[in-house]
Amino acid sequence: MDTALQLPKAPGGWQSVMISLVLLGGFVAVWHLATRQPTFDPRGLSPLQLQQMEFNGDIVRTDNGQYSYNPEKARGLPGPWAVIMTAVEEFSSPFHKRGTNDHGIGHLIRYTVVRFAAGFLAASVVAILIGVVIGLSRTLYRALNPFIQVLKPISPLAWMPLLLYTVRHPTWTAILVVFLASLWPTVANSAFGVSTIRKDYLQVASLLQLSWFHRLVKVVLPAAAPAIVAGLRISFGSALVAVVPAEMLLGELGVGYLTWIEWNNLHIAGILFAILVIGAVGVALDAGFNRLARLVTYPE
Amino acid sequence: MTFLSIERVSKYFPLQDGTTGWTGRQEGFCVFRDIDLRIDRGEFVTLIGHSGCGKSTLLNIIAGFEQASAGGVILDGKEVTAPGLDRMVVFQSFALMPWLSAFDNVRLAVRAAHLQWDKANVRDETQRYLDMMGLKGSEYKKPAFLSGGMRQRVGLARAFAVHPKVLLLDEPFAQIDALTRGVIQEELVRMWTVMQHTVFMVTHDVDEALLLSDRIALMTNGPEARLAETVEVNIPRPRSRETMIDTTEYTRLRNHILHFLLRGSHVFAARELSPD
Repeated sequence: MDTALQLPKAPGGWQSVMISLVLLGGFVAVWHLATRQPTFDPRGLSPLQLQQMEFNGDIVRTDNGQYSYNPEKARGLPGPWAVIMTAVEEFSSPFHKRGTNDHGIGHLIRYTVVRFAAGFLAASVVAILIGVVIGLSRTLYRALNPFIQVLKPISPLAWMPLLLYTVRHPTWTAILVVFLASLWPTVANSAFGVSTIRKDYLQVASLLQLSWFHRLVKVVLPAAAPAIVAGLRISFGSALVAVVPAEMLLGELGVGYLTWIEWNNLHIAGILFAILVIGAVGVALDAGFNRLARLVTYPE
Repeated sequence: MTFLSIERVSKYFPLQDGTTGWTGRQEGFCVFRDIDLRIDRGEFVTLIGHSGCGKSTLLNIIAGFEQASAGGVILDGKEVTAPGLDRMVVFQSFALMPWLSAFDNVRLAVRAAHLQWDKANVRDETQRYLDMMGLKGSEYKKPAFLSGGMRQRVGLARAFAVHPKVLLLDEPFAQIDALTRGVIQEELVRMWTVMQHTVFMVTHDVDEALLLSDRIALMTNGPEARLAETVEVNIPRPRSRETMIDTTEYTRLRNHILHFLLRGSHVFAARELSPD
């Protein structure tokens, strides 16, 4: 018997998957039960009242001649089935363009991703530059820090009216809002990463008489890379949060504005669908980001 | 002939509150004072002292990382003011770039030492030193995937590859397990015998000092540490751990140094520092 020698089993991934599925199933079941439409009970109502209700569109006559509540005028939240039907409908025609506001979900996702990527990438470049510079120079850090401290807590959305007034274009305003949302965490983390590089790496660089540029590229930036990436990750989240209200307020087409369009349509299932799409887009972008981040981080 | 000359070097650290120290002097907290040491070309000299006596600070001053508060260091006729390729340090913490493979860590140094070389030359030289330190097969591993012993081999390969005038070893084997330590120490002896470097090492390991050194300098406890004496190690080379421990010279020196470390360093310090 060598059972005693067996190592404890590594925690299996399938157990977590099972728990996730059970939670999802439970949530959908509760959602379904809580949003079940009441069945229409015609007892105690006169034919005239029924006629009026039908005229108002509150109830409809079904195929077998009975009355039921109008599914188009559902009360409360729509159930999971209504959201699934909306999703099927949206994805059945992802790339249509009917008029100004009715674009397919594929287009909407693309608009949002492009807007997000433009703002986030531009901000990352600028933020890393500022962060590295103030991380290298104690003097510049002290000089710029008061400005950063004042600018950092301002919600990026607060800039929007001013941006609209100055750039006079909602597309660029939305990108700039994302830009401002993703600037400060990267600035702060890059400065921190550069200023806390282990002393012996810099000592090696000075022993080897590396030029200023080589020291920056071969030692400072790689050493600070994990901190910079950590900053980018925080910026990433805050940019993703900012892109939705920016679209809503500016009326720029995208998955964020889709929630507002559906609200204007009083299509609550559409709102729920749009919310789920925002989550899915966030997951997809995050996965892409993690893949990039793995390239520049190193095990200590 | 003196090659590396440490001349009346003192180090003071400013006190935190900006006032003068208990010594009453303006300079602040005195780590060590008036250290005088002359090292010949090709000589292996070790500095032993308790932790806190400032021996690593002295090494940092020779490396150019820190400035002496008084006195100076002269290497091959020139005063040392900043770090340079003529002095390579082997760090206690290894100081390998964790994002570079062992090979790239050494290559960075080879390229820095030979700016005019082409890629192929740099690569061959890098491989040569890695092979010399027994790192064949581990060249492309990142430091995180190497043992402490292997990491310090990379550190030594990097230092030797630059052909420095002086090799500065800052407790290089302190973070390596005892069994591996002996092996690497003997490899260091072998490399040193071939390359004939001038070496200044700092340690608190007496056996390590005896195995490697031509001379051992003993430092008293800080603050205001002084150089108490230097002892010649007349154990014949080539030395190995096994043959060395049976010599009477080894026993005599070891007892002498241990007595100094256990009692003498305090006595010496107390005598020097007493107000009368």
